[in-house]
Amino acid sequence: MSSYLELTARERLARLFDTGSFEEFLPPAARVISPHLAQLDAPVSFDDGVAVGRAVLDGVPVFCAAQEGGFMGGAVGEVHGAKLTGMLRRAVAERASAVVLLLESGGVRLHEANAGLIAVSEVMRAVLDTRAAGIPVVALVGGSNGCFGGMGIVARCANAVVMSEEGRLAMSGPEVIETASGVEEFDSRDRALVWRTTGGKHRYLMGDCQFIAADDVARFRQGAVDAIAASRTAGVELSLAALETEQSLLGERIARFGECTDPLDTWTALGIADAKAVPMMDADSFAATAATHRLGGPQ
Amino acid sequence: METLVYQFEGGSRGLPAQPQVVGVVGSGNLEVLIEAVPLAGACSIEIKTAAVGFGATWEAVMRDFHERWQLKNARIAINDMGATPAVVSLRLDQAVETILGGAA
Repeated sequence: MSSYLELTARERLARLFDTGSFEEFLPPAARVISPHLAQLDAPVSFDDGVAVGRAVLDGVPVFCAAQEGGFMGGAVGEVHGAKLTGMLRRAVAERASAVVLLLESGGVRLHEANAGLIAVSEVMRAVLDTRAAGIPVVALVGGSNGCFGGMGIVARCANAVVMSEEGRLAMSGPEVIETASGVEEFDSRDRALVWRTTGGKHRYLMGDCQFIAADDVARFRQGAVDAIAASRTAGVELSLAALETEQSLLGERIARFGECTDPLDTWTALGIADAKAVPMMDADSFAATAATHRLGGPQ
Repeated sequence: METLVYQFEGGSRGLPAQPQVVGVVGSGNLEVLIEAVPLAGACSIEIKTAAVGFGATWEAVMRDFHERWQLKNARIAINDMGATPAVVSLRLDQAVETILGGAA
């Protein structure tokens, strides 16, 4: 067993895909760095915090990217976003079999202001264009920085999301919510609450992620393979019917759980007998428990 | 930010062509990019560091590194976010071991 959480972006690429198969576009030696950070006299990284390229997954050639959470929390700057967008466009141009995104990001890199915001929106558009070309895009979320802000949206633009319990996925991060709405609304220092609310188990029960994996590279690899296969079965291109189904699911969530003040209440409302036991379950027993209760149907 | 450049002569160990990067630009950490470049036998090291004013320490750590590995025609570029000298030395060793294909 090898923890996915603890690996760097490059280590994940090396171990998740078939051995030695990752071929990088714009590698660090190309030195395509952020022009904005240098102006701010801030440290840069030779890959601007993301590695993009192609690799082989279980014998199948795919395109891929991995964000490095250790560099500025995986935040998306202009170059970082352009690398993701460029990889996705190339996946379409070269009729790739699938795209696997190893996401770990706090969202847009605010140092880069509008350039960063535009870059994230271009990534979203490119993900949807890739799906429109019939190429499944799957997102893996299991890094310690989670997947927040614009990259949280990107993850949910993908065909499927694979998460570990340790992974977190949301729009606004815990500290943002506390700052905006007060500690009574959300205590960002309550780690158990943060993981109950944004962690993989809650996301899986709510239908926001479609696959739950133990924090293990081999499990994430299998999750990516399964997610690509399931995406083909479900239909790769985002359709109006799928959007309307999603919208009604969200409406049902508000109707059913709008009065809940803690995910524990939500899980009880879903029919889980001992909701308090959920955070302590290992991934396999959790998946077995969740199977008959989760929203969004079985996978 | 401060930029420091060092060049060492007299090395004997050449490097494979495939560049390598190790480490991450995070707090107390650094990334090291190592490449084989024709430099008339020299080993060139360029450091961009967030910790200003530690030139003498960097020079000592780089001199030790060159004595350990004796690289020639090597270009090393470092982006540093306040790593300690011990971490810098370990990353440099990791970079050389990785490009040479050893156990990193």
